[in-house]
Amino acid sequence: MLDVPEWPGHRAGQHLDIRLTAEDGYRAEREYSIASAPGEPVAITVERLDDGEVSPYLTEELHTGDALELRGPVGGYFVWGPEDGGPLLLVAGGSGIVPLRAMLRHRVRSGSEVPARLLYSSRTLEDVIYRAELEGHDEGVEVVHTLTREQPAGWTGYTRRVDAELLGEVAWPVGESPLAFVCGPTSFVETVADGLVELGYSPERIKTERFGATGGK
Amino acid sequence: MEALDGNAIAGLLLDVFGAEMTTATGVCAHCGASGLLAEQMVYNRAPGTVVRCRSCTWVLMVLADVRGIYCVDLRGLVTLELGG
Repeated sequence: MLDVPEWPGHRAGQHLDIRLTAEDGYRAEREYSIASAPGEPVAITVERLDDGEVSPYLTEELHTGDALELRGPVGGYFVWGPEDGGPLLLVAGGSGIVPLRAMLRHRVRSGSEVPARLLYSSRTLEDVIYRAELEGHDEGVEVVHTLTREQPAGWTGYTRRVDAELLGEVAWPVGESPLAFVCGPTSFVETVADGLVELGYSPERIKTERFGATGGK
Repeated sequence: MEALDGNAIAGLLLDVFGAEMTTATGVCAHCGASGLLAEQMVYNRAPGTVVRCRSCTWVLMVLADVRGIYCVDLRGLVTLELGG
């Protein structure tokens, strides 16, 4: 959670950039999706990457009360507001859930009744971010998990990577003119976006955001 | 190197142009494809940032921070129009 003086407010799905400067002047900057809904205190969720430059600092060395240099909110493309309507199809790969979580929270807080469906791909159950929050999801929201590497005993959900066939089972029918947001690693996003187009989704109604294996989000 | 997309450089573009640019529309000087910057391919782990056309991979933009000064090459674009 970040306490940002003069924060102008953000839209669900926007980012902020965090810049770290070492004593010798070396700078590293990363973008993080804002995890909280508009009107909530600014929060980011950081996945620690062992060989990362920024995430080990943020997850291990940063303490409550420390100051950070940040820029934001930024981005105006991968954002959702109740006025954009739906039905919403949110597809997350790994930590790609973060901006989508902000959208789900915004949906509830704004009193929107747009139906939403979240398809969330994780390696294992332990990798599922916001698990408790998503289990207690709100009316009008369906959450579908797929665990691609390892499943707990008795798991009845999906176990395979998201492909066109799985999308065909989960996604809203094209006739309902759904609005899709897809966020995750590059290859995941491309597979999902291609799959949705294959199903007949209009490319203009598919918003994508990719992040790499190193740094960010 | 894996390509990201224009969302990843929203902050950099804001610094350079002073406006929200991921919703700006660019037209590729090579293939003529028109698209939002958010949807183009971005390589930002090199020294400098390269934006390529998603349709034909032509280099649309190069942005580099050289000793505190941004050097911006937009020759790969025919037009660049701010979003609504």
